[in-house]
Amino acid sequence: MTAVTAETAAASTYQARFDAAVAADERIEPRDWMPDDYRATLIRQMAQHAHSEIIGMQPEANWITRAPSLRRKAILMAKVQDEAGHGLYLYSATETLGASRDELLDKLHSGRQKYSSIFNYPTLTWADVGAIGWLVDGAAITNQVPLCRCSYGPYARAMVRVCKEESFHQRQGYELLLALSQGTQAQHEMAQDAVNRWWWPSLMMFGPPDDASAHSAQSMAWKIKRHSNDELRQRFVDICVPQAEALGLTLPDPDLRWNEERGHHDFGAIDWEEFRQVLKGNGPCNEQRITQRRRAHEEGAWVREAAAAYAAKSASGGSGAPHESAASEGSGTKSGEAQVEATA
Amino acid sequence: MNTSKDWPLWEVFVRSRRGLSHTHAGSLHAPDAEMALRNARDLYTRRNEGVSIWVVPSTAITASSPDEKDPFFEPSADKPYRHPTFYEIPEGVKHL
Repeated sequence: MTAVTAETAAASTYQARFDAAVAADERIEPRDWMPDDYRATLIRQMAQHAHSEIIGMQPEANWITRAPSLRRKAILMAKVQDEAGHGLYLYSATETLGASRDELLDKLHSGRQKYSSIFNYPTLTWADVGAIGWLVDGAAITNQVPLCRCSYGPYARAMVRVCKEESFHQRQGYELLLALSQGTQAQHEMAQDAVNRWWWPSLMMFGPPDDASAHSAQSMAWKIKRHSNDELRQRFVDICVPQAEALGLTLPDPDLRWNEERGHHDFGAIDWEEFRQVLKGNGPCNEQRITQRRRAHEEGAWVREAAAAYAAKSASGGSGAPHESAASEGSGTKSGEAQVEATA
Repeated sequence: MNTSKDWPLWEVFVRSRRGLSHTHAGSLHAPDAEMALRNARDLYTRRNEGVSIWVVPSTAITASSPDEKDPFFEPSADKPYRHPTFYEIPEGVKHL
């Protein structure tokens, strides 16, 4: 047997083992053999998911300083902090596939990896914070709950944690909208306006229709995805209709009605051209979001450098009493700089 | 060793309450152990998930290889007599 055929035989054994694990609903773990395309697909999807969490901090953080009460402010800060946490869970999970954190951030900053198109819409009023919690986080939960059973172990585990935390996000948004809806006429109108603007972009969060979705079929075969885009979108619409009624608000779709035969709500056509434009970078806030992200990263550089320098200095024995550090300052600083350079 | 700008990677273990062992919660980047501990607190215990945290440099962990799976763990597979259910006990015998 030649080396080449031996290699091919080994590869097909690995492939068979992988296929069997997926078929048996077992999880694939970081050190298992996996097809290159499976790895690449996961890196693309998980990176995009992580970036969405991080960029998603911006539209809501916009309202922290103007929250109408201390209660709402504390809630909003906790929520935005959670989004940062979710981004970090997902970056760590992506790194188990061999992508480095630097590389992922570089790709976000240079536009080579995407984030969810929803975050390219502006938050114009306080009610938008409620609409984002109810609709955007609601759509995200609908997408993420099945991902808790994703075939890749670290992604599934990160999703379990994210979903647990996400339900507070949705409920605080709903409560916020309810308070506005039952408030003054002006507050009610503000809530309705926010729902009108966020409804369609939220439906777009599930991605293109099944017949136009490039990656869906393969992802379903690999059990990365468990349900199709259209299936999840329908589930979301059905969930939202009675919730909107309870809020005393309407959903901005004249074609929305219960279809007895299907046992689901029919809804109007989605403007996919708008979706494509926002994805291409022509949404209302694409430029602003990525500029802000780059600036935050650049302005944090000195913190990263200082922490690395401090770590290097401590490692070289400078972590004792203050006078000791002072005594070893010369050499400590030098090795600190060397460390920063070496890792730069 | 670390050729990127990345801070080293740490594995985080959290004890959810007294009496239970530490369980792997995830990983994070931090420049040193002390910062890793602080970051772990912010990242993995925002909702009282823990009363104690361990952080371990990821590079310090030696793992069994998935390729060794069968031969490595196989010796225990053919020893059912290590389980109490292996043994037949007459009906009616109690406290066994």
